[in-house]
Amino acid sequence: MKTFFISIKIFLFFTILTGILYPLFITGIAQILFPAKANGSIISRNNKAIGSALIGQQSDTAIYFSSRPSAVSYNPLPSGGSNFGLSNSKLKDLVNQRKKQFIAFNRLDSFTVIPSEMLFASASGLDPHISPDAAFLQVNRIAKARHFTDIQKRKLEQCIRDLTEGPQFLCLGEERINVLLLNLNLDQIK
Amino acid sequence: MTTQDIIQVILFFSLLIGLTPVLGNYMYKVFTGNKHVMLPVFGWLEKLTYRFTGVNPDGETNWKSYTFGLLIFNLTGFVFVFLIQLLQVFLPLNPAHLPNVSWHSAFNTAVSFTTNTNWQGYSGETTLGYFVQMIGLTVQNFVSAATGIAVLLALIRGISRKTTEKLGNFWTDLTRSILYVLLPLSILLSVILVSQGVIQNFKPYETIKTLQGATQVIPMGPAASQIAIKQLGTNGGGFFNTNSAHPFENPTPFSNLIEMLAILLIPSSLTYTYGKMVGSTRQGWAVFSAMFILLIAGLVISLYAEYSANPIFRHLPRMEGKETRFGITNSILWSTSTTAASNGSVNAMHDSLSPLAGMVAMLNIMLGEVIFGGVGAGLYGMVIFIILTVFIAGLMVGRTPEYLGKKIEAFEVQMAIIAVLVPNFVILLFSAWASVINPGLSGLNNSGPHGFSEILYAYSSAAGNNGSAFAGLNANTLFYNVTLGIGMLLGRFGVIIPVMAIAGNMAGKKITPLSAGTFRTDNGLFISLLVGVILIVGGLTHFPALSLGPIVEHLLMNGGITF
Repeated sequence: MKTFFISIKIFLFFTILTGILYPLFITGIAQILFPAKANGSIISRNNKAIGSALIGQQSDTAIYFSSRPSAVSYNPLPSGGSNFGLSNSKLKDLVNQRKKQFIAFNRLDSFTVIPSEMLFASASGLDPHISPDAAFLQVNRIAKARHFTDIQKRKLEQCIRDLTEGPQFLCLGEERINVLLLNLNLDQIK
Repeated sequence: MTTQDIIQVILFFSLLIGLTPVLGNYMYKVFTGNKHVMLPVFGWLEKLTYRFTGVNPDGETNWKSYTFGLLIFNLTGFVFVFLIQLLQVFLPLNPAHLPNVSWHSAFNTAVSFTTNTNWQGYSGETTLGYFVQMIGLTVQNFVSAATGIAVLLALIRGISRKTTEKLGNFWTDLTRSILYVLLPLSILLSVILVSQGVIQNFKPYETIKTLQGATQVIPMGPAASQIAIKQLGTNGGGFFNTNSAHPFENPTPFSNLIEMLAILLIPSSLTYTYGKMVGSTRQGWAVFSAMFILLIAGLVISLYAEYSANPIFRHLPRMEGKETRFGITNSILWSTSTTAASNGSVNAMHDSLSPLAGMVAMLNIMLGEVIFGGVGAGLYGMVIFIILTVFIAGLMVGRTPEYLGKKIEAFEVQMAIIAVLVPNFVILLFSAWASVINPGLSGLNNSGPHGFSEILYAYSSAAGNNGSAFAGLNANTLFYNVTLGIGMLLGRFGVIIPVMAIAGNMAGKKITPLSAGTFRTDNGLFISLLVGVILIVGGLTHFPALSLGPIVEHLLMNGGITF
């Protein structure tokens, strides 16, 4: 019986410590040191929240850069991947279909090597990034849809180069570009 | 692979090996009651714990009382987590107004988090409010990890003490593990994670209009504090459905490196602590080496598989179920580490890995979660294999087997065999059952051999208390929730109880001094024998099942066949 009481008391003690005080303490520190990040890296335009810098958005119109395929169509509730195995014929069909679509949509040569992240769905379904290569392949299509002059088009290409994030600390992770940030900058090009 | 990929892998392992003796030595001081750096910071909390609960910190017990306390404590946690899920609508901190959880899902989740498995049949962001996540799950993340350490400490005392029945005090071991190891590291890690963009707030979900004018609801919550301990405590249960692939859980390559390091850090450091506590750091490094060899072997096979083209997808890299910021190498480094340690968090979808990389993930779990393994659990699992190895070596040379001066006799070997057989029994029998009945087959997301792999992975994950999944399997059903729940219980306590029995029995023995005839357990010969025994036991048990799943899938895929 004594063991039961000790067990309940110690459980109660650690519930308060690690279940209440610890998360509250971290929330306090987080809100003081990194308030924007702790609250979801929300980006606003004209004082209206337009998304999170970390959460990708469905983007499939001609005037914006497209984001990766997503198994949940960028609906974060809940996040998810396709979970297709490599031997799943549905995956093979989807990849072929996306390849054709990407080439047709961007009016590319049929031999163009398309960066693989544009053919395969991400793990979270919310991947905010694509590779710079995938962005460059979309420039002509966007310039055309927006009736850009050559100068504006060059500005857009410069924009891609500026927003490209290299590996963190020179060695970690992959080269990438944030689609939402890129599209917001795209809207600024006059 | 590029040079940069190789640099990342080397950097990761250098950090791991470099930190192992540092943290290992610190934990040695903590668990042997020496002075250490956290004593001035949290010493008062330890005293407060004992005063509040009435525990006598110096009162040591025998193995039966130790185990009894442990079981009752875990039961308390289970009942609490089970009940708060069933009553979620009446509880505070549920801004998304999520409904009560079904009884079988609540059972599964409660078992899952008390057994350090953190298998998730549910999706965090659409099932559980902040109250359940924090007060239910975050707490279990701490106490289940501390339970693993406590069992290990009892076993070490059983090995290193002589002619006694005292194995220490469960409540003290639990308290010290939490206050001096898990909590300080979690605080540090949480802050690093928030600096990278992991969220930590109590706001309601944010509804925004996207650039294209669609509505998107962005989930919020106290994520960083839970992610820190889920990584450190080899728990692995994500705040969000896609775990550490979710940009809010793992936003940058740096957060990825740190989270990955946190998976292996404590299990790896405990090998050093073990060496110190049994009186020879060489013994600790021998255990470390065996684990490390198996980890690297798995990593090499997985990387090879993932970087090889196949007739279906000549295009490389194959980014299905992977995030742009991590790429292939970081995804594979993670999938190998998280399954070697019984962590089970993921940063890529294991279901979409190449068949052989998926097989390595599965095999890491099937080998008994001893390649670093769970916090505490990996090392006590490894000691089981050490007992088998010295027993087999003893048979070969015709001497009574000994380990660290303790005679290994029939009782220890019997208990070791039980501890090895119970999880394997769960994996094979439940998988076979689920493969032939409708409730088992209806949850599949893929057909052909990959479908079988989904089932096999699920029961391996449960029995090994890993928690990762071939997540296409819809396991939030009555059948899977209940059978996986039972599997997790057997996989956890079916090992802990025999281990504690071994600890109790060994503590009572005399220590034979080293002599010229002693079979050494700290040299290369022993390490190779140990690795061999692990591979033979795991291989013989699981080769037939693996041939039906990932192996045949690999062969068919290379023939261009899809399902």
